[in-house]
Amino acid sequence: MKFLPMPFHTVLLFVVWLLLNNSMSVGHIVLALFFAITIPMLVNGMRDEHPKILKPWKAICYVLMVMKDIVVANVEVALWIIGPVKKLKPGFVAIPINIQSDLGITILASTVSLTPGTVSAEVSEDKQWLYIHALHLDNGSELIETVKQRYEKPIKEIFGC
Amino acid sequence: MPLYLEIIICVCLLIGGLFLLVGSYGLARLPDIYMRLHSPTKASTLGITGVLVASMIYQSYSKGFLSIQEFLITLFLLITAPVAANMIAKTALHHRTKALEKTQGQALMASIRERQAPNSTQDAD
Amino acid sequence: MLTYTIVIVAICICVALILNLWRLMVGPTVSDRILALDTMYINAIALILLYGIYANTALYFEAALLIAMLGFVSTAALCKYLLRGDIIE
Repeated sequence: MKFLPMPFHTVLLFVVWLLLNNSMSVGHIVLALFFAITIPMLVNGMRDEHPKILKPWKAICYVLMVMKDIVVANVEVALWIIGPVKKLKPGFVAIPINIQSDLGITILASTVSLTPGTVSAEVSEDKQWLYIHALHLDNGSELIETVKQRYEKPIKEIFGC
Repeated sequence: MPLYLEIIICVCLLIGGLFLLVGSYGLARLPDIYMRLHSPTKASTLGITGVLVASMIYQSYSKGFLSIQEFLITLFLLITAPVAANMIAKTALHHRTKALEKTQGQALMASIRERQAPNSTQDAD
Repeated sequence: MLTYTIVIVAICICVALILNLWRLMVGPTVSDRILALDTMYINAIALILLYGIYANTALYFEAALLIAMLGFVSTAALCKYLLRGDIIE
């Protein structure tokens, strides 16, 4: 058995344990190390294969960009909500996607839900189309282009698929 | 507590409260379920983040060391809010809830429900 | 200053909760009611954290975390039930 089968999850468990207890005492660090090493060993056999993050730096940039977009999109949506509802033009849009991995599609769908005034509703069974509902749809093809350029391309690069 | 910290906390709290209010206001006001989905997932997420940041700063000050455990809740909500919204949208589509009359691309709703590809040419709008 | 701000924000959140409650009562479909419940969970977290600041204690963090987790799990469970519990489809 490998000593650290899931290094990322090991770090995550370690940090989350310390955050939950909100302390840096020696006892908690030892306990966190114990959990962080044993739990991945126990659950390693249960998980599916995920694509590896190939470009960690790019991933951090992506997270920061999404954070910024969340704030911008939130203010925009809040203004739409307060403003005249009659002027809003909601609509469903189908976005063609070419990410194969489930993890990539999940991240793309979550990002789309959190950012530009859209909520992802469904993924087609063949994983070719992402259906989204937009609160205010001016130009469908423009929205598709934005999602593909701004969010799908970096995800594809990060996972290299 | 120094004045500048108090001002930062107050601003964060006010932003948070305002966005939470706007999110719930949208929930009560918007006309159909698909539009209503937007306000809690977006406005409320930012609102709760504001309150959590305020709480983080305040607790860090009053305890005397950096207390970022509130960050866990923020992260958790940021990850789960889109998932919950997606599931509610699925439920609404599954129950054949009618969208607002003026919604564009309503022809897509049947293929969304069946999880199939959209019918060739009608590429929304 | 902080005391006044907390009162103002608490009023905001309470109004938000009342609006959620209204949607929970009126909501024409089940999905609306689930959405209203989900939003109520988020508002409740905010209210609890606010009380934590007001009372100057960190004890309420665990309660807020639990509500966040329960809120998501119950929303997911309700949606899954409605998606799968339908016999006709």
